[in-house]
Order: sequence, then structure tokens, then C-alpha cells
Amino acid sequence: MAEYAVELRNVSKFFGSVAAVRNVTLGIREGEFFSLLGPSGCGKTTTLRLIAGFELPTAGEVYIGGELQGDTPPYRRPVNTVFQNYALFPHMTVYENVAFGLRMRRLPENEIRRQVHEALEMVRLSGLERRRPRELSGGQQQRVALARALVNRPRVLLLDEPLGALDQKLRRAMQLELKNLQQQVGITFIYVTHDQEEAMTMSDRIAVMDQGAILQVGTPAEIYECPASRFVADFIGETNLLEGKVVEVWDHHALVLVDGARMVCGAVPEGVRVGQRVTVAIRPERISLHAQPPGPLAIPGIVRDVVYTGADIRYMVRMADRVTVLVRSPNTGNGSTPHFLRNETVYLSWRPESARLLVA
Amino acid sequence: MKLPNKARAGNRSRRASGLLRHGLTAHGVLCYVFLYLPILVLVAFSFNASRYSGLWRGFTLQWYEALFSNAALGAALRTSLVVALASTAISTVLGTAVALGLERFAFRFRPLMDVLLYLPIIIPDIAMAVMLLLFFVLTRVPLGVGTIVVSHVAFNVSYVALVVRARLAYFDISLEEAAQDLYADEWQTFRRVTLPLLMPGILGGALLAFTLSLDDFVIAFFVSGPGATTLPLRVYSMIKLGVTPEINALSSLMLLASIGLIALSGALSRR
Repeated sequence: MAEYAVELRNVSKFFGSVAAVRNVTLGIREGEFFSLLGPSGCGKTTTLRLIAGFELPTAGEVYIGGELQGDTPPYRRPVNTVFQNYALFPHMTVYENVAFGLRMRRLPENEIRRQVHEALEMVRLSGLERRRPRELSGGQQQRVALARALVNRPRVLLLDEPLGALDQKLRRAMQLELKNLQQQVGITFIYVTHDQEEAMTMSDRIAVMDQGAILQVGTPAEIYECPASRFVADFIGETNLLEGKVVEVWDHHALVLVDGARMVCGAVPEGVRVGQRVTVAIRPERISLHAQPPGPLAIPGIVRDVVYTGADIRYMVRMADRVTVLVRSPNTGNGSTPHFLRNETVYLSWRPESARLLVA
Repeated sequence: MKLPNKARAGNRSRRASGLLRHGLTAHGVLCYVFLYLPILVLVAFSFNASRYSGLWRGFTLQWYEALFSNAALGAALRTSLVVALASTAISTVLGTAVALGLERFAFRFRPLMDVLLYLPIIIPDIAMAVMLLLFFVLTRVPLGVGTIVVSHVAFNVSYVALVVRARLAYFDISLEEAAQDLYADEWQTFRRVTLPLLMPGILGGALLAFTLSLDDFVIAFFVSGPGATTLPLRVYSMIKLGVTPEINALSSLMLLASIGLIALSGALSRR
């Protein structure tokens, strides 16, 4: 048994002189729901195509189930793909689409029939066997694409933004359905998306990519709580990114001067020196607002704007001369979080560990 | 009062637009009359009992009978069909291959090949005919059915390639990737996915080639040899002795055949 379902070792892909993927090393575990997340053009789709075999790496190696793929063509790789636009064969019925892979592998016809019906039942499309793809809704086409890939029981299923064309509500429903399906069949899923919320909802682990390189790999919680760089902190969820200078370092803590305000940071990495220029990353929901200073490290500010979004209330608070931070306060309705008005003076506080110190 | 004035102005402009609309309709109808009246007259006269005059002397099918008992015309029709079928078959295979090659692969002389491919469509038939005749004479190829077939292939390849490429331009390449992802090798992908999806374009191109071959006079006139007389050539030699109702009957049948072919190609390309 191989350690990883899919492994990339120092993989690079150049199109002409443009690097789409740069020196990517990645191990995806057996049975894992793994997402490649990043903005468009970050190389996530190219990485997926390198695994599928539609592209061959310029440098480095791709292993599937411990076996080096080299220039193995797509039709000899134990993976199947759900394409972004579904790529259903328009001249075939739903049944023929799903049966395609089994027919190519020359399974007996009665075995094909059984497996196709089983797959269509799994994606709740029984009874639509004789329809053509264009007679189906977007959500139904998406399910056919899923059934057509899963019916082959691949070692790894590759999904290239499969929910991109669906509306928000259907998307949410499909996210949960996909996650349930993956746990039910126990197949490794590699999922490409630019939607960080989608990646967070579904994944066991996420690789955040930018400009062809992998910036961070971790569970959704690790990536949200401990972003390794400014880009990751900014791309995943909302973050206040404040630039400042380290004025004091002690026992994994630091005091950072941000435009006249002194902010305390916890979990400071080794090697941070006094005088260094750094970025403090702090999530809006990790800041609490008070009418009176709760302690000596609280920073005073003035509420510049209040936005009521229903589930929570968003405050723009001017902390010092130029620095404004976003604060998200849950709308609990039981008075546990006080409400403030525009131009009121408030005091900001947070647990030191919530303020991450980033050097990259 | 303001309101009635406005209403009157509205009436006037409505009347003007009504006139314009009727005028345009009349114009459109006249265009179609100009296009189709001669054809209708020709079809009508193929049923006219009078041999020489333009006067209507009653309904008859005798010209059609004469047509079907004309052995020389029958032989010419056979030659035309052989030429059309052979040149269509060859040019459809070659044209499809050329279209795939030009659309799918990047190579050094592709822009040049692109231009060269469409040249036979642009250059006048007469120039092409002279060039082909010169070519056959220089290479000492005896003129006959074979040379007509080769000449028809020479221009039909371009037409087939043009039609197939139009279809290929809308071809979603991820469908081929999907087939390969589902264990189909290159040949299976071509046979099960690419070819069926291109088929309407290929058949459309083939029908066009077939029609063009049946229709060709100028090139066949130059490159045909003794004993290789196609239908248009035979009709031309008959017409030298005057337009007979027999030729009207033949033209009506050819009209019917072309309408059938066009309807077929239309139905195919809608799929």
C-alpha cells in the first residue's frame, strides 16, 4: 500500500516561457477530500491536468498509487475527471454517457447495465436514462458527470470546479451532497476551486496556490487560524492586515507599533527581532469592542461606520490616525455583545494568539 | 387642444409606416418572383404538348418519356453519377483529414497551407480548367473519366475542408479529453466521439461536393476525353440544336434532385 494516493515531486509545467506550475511537491492521502484553492490563473487546474495526464510535466514526477506516471496517457491512468463544463457527450443518452468508461473496459453488457443503474441511483437520477444531456438542468448534468466518473470506481476522482456553473443555493446543496458521497464511496477526491468557502466546507485538507506555487497546505482550521503568509490570510476569509514595526519580543509574544497603536501579538515565530517590519493579521470576529477599557492593552478607537448584515454587525473602527479595522460582532440579541453607534468611542481587545504576526 | 393634435400626428405617422411596410412587402415579393418565375415557366413548359411555340397546347408527359428512352442521355447521367460519387468519396476523406490537421495541429507552414487550401474556391473555373488540362497534357495522362474525377477532387477537397472546419470550430476539445479520461484510446476517441459529432459537417460537405461535381461544366469540358461525357456536357451539345422540351423536362428533374439534396443536407446540419 502506497503512502499517498497521489504524489507530486518537484513538478513544474511551462507553457513556452510561462510557468503555470512551479516546483510543486504534494502528497494526497488515500481517502482524503483534498482541495486545490487559489485565484484564477494560479495553476490549480494545470496541476489537476498533470495528474489526469492531459498535460505532461516539464520537470518532476507524478505518482498515482505509488506508481510513477511518466508519459502514461490519460486512458491508462486509474483516475477519472469531472470537468468544469461537465463535457457530457451530446450525441449519447444519459445511460450511454455513464456506460462509456465501462464499455471501453469491455465489461459484459449485463454487468454494465447493473453498474450504470447503481451509479444513477447514487446521484438520484434514476428514470432519466434515455434523456440527452441538453434535456437536463445544470444540476442534473452535473450529477451525470459525477456518475459517469464514479461508475468506474477510480482510485482518485479529480473535480475541476464542478459547481462553478450552478447558482448559489444549488451550489450549497451540492457541496454537502458531494462531501457525503465522498465519505460513502471512500474514494480520494482532488477538488479544484477558487471559492474559499467551498474549500473550507468540504475539504479534509487544502493547498492554497498562487502564481503556480503552493503557499500552504493544511486542514481548513489550520489555514484559517494560522495562515503562513499575507496572501493566505487575505485569501481565506476576511482579515485585517496591519503593517507595523516590532518594538518588543518576549516568550513567543511581541508588541508591534502600528501607526501609533501598540498591538500585542501571540504565537510569534522564532527569529523575529525588535525593529523588524511585520504585518499583523487579525480576523474581524476575533476583536471585541467595549465601552470601558477591559485591560491595560486595550486600544481606543472611534466607530466610523456600522453595517447591519443580520447575523452580525460590522463596525469600521478608526484605531489611530490612519488605521481602520473591521470588527464583526455577532448579533446575539441577548445583550452579551453591546451595540455601538457611529462616532462612539470604543476599546478594542483580543486574545494575543488571535493576532498573527506575518513576516512574508 | 394639445391631445387631439398629438393623436392626429400619431395617425399620420402610422399611415406612413403602413405604406412603408406594404412597399417593403411588395419589394420582397418581386425579388422572389424575379428569382423563381423563370424556373416555374421552365417546369410548366416541360409539360407543354407544343414542341416549338411558347403557347400552351395542353398537358403531356411525352417529353419525360422521350427523356427516359434517350440512351445517350442515360449514359451521360451514369458517367456524371460515377464521377460525382467517386470524387465525393475521395474528397470527403481527404477534406476531413485536412480540416482536422489544420485545426488541431500547429506546424510551420500552416498559414500558407490555409491560404493554399482555399485558393481553388476563389480562382475562376476557367483558370482551374486550363491549368488542369495543361497538367494532364504535360504528364501525358490520357483524358477520360479518371481525369474528370481527379479534377473534381481538386476543388471539392477545399469545399469539404471548409464545411468540416466550420463544424470543428465549435467542437469542445474537453469532450475528447473526457473520452480519454474514460479509457478510450486515440482511435476509440476519434471513432466514438470526434467522428459522430463531426458527422453532420462531413455529410454536409459531402453533399456539397456531390452537387458541385454534378453541376460542373467548365472543368469537365476541358479535361474530359472521348467517351467521357457528363450530363452537363451532353445537355450543352443538345442545346446547340435548339432548346427542346426534352431539356426542359431534364432541367425540371435536376431541379427536383437538387431540392432533395439541399433538404437532406439542411436536415443533417440541424442535428
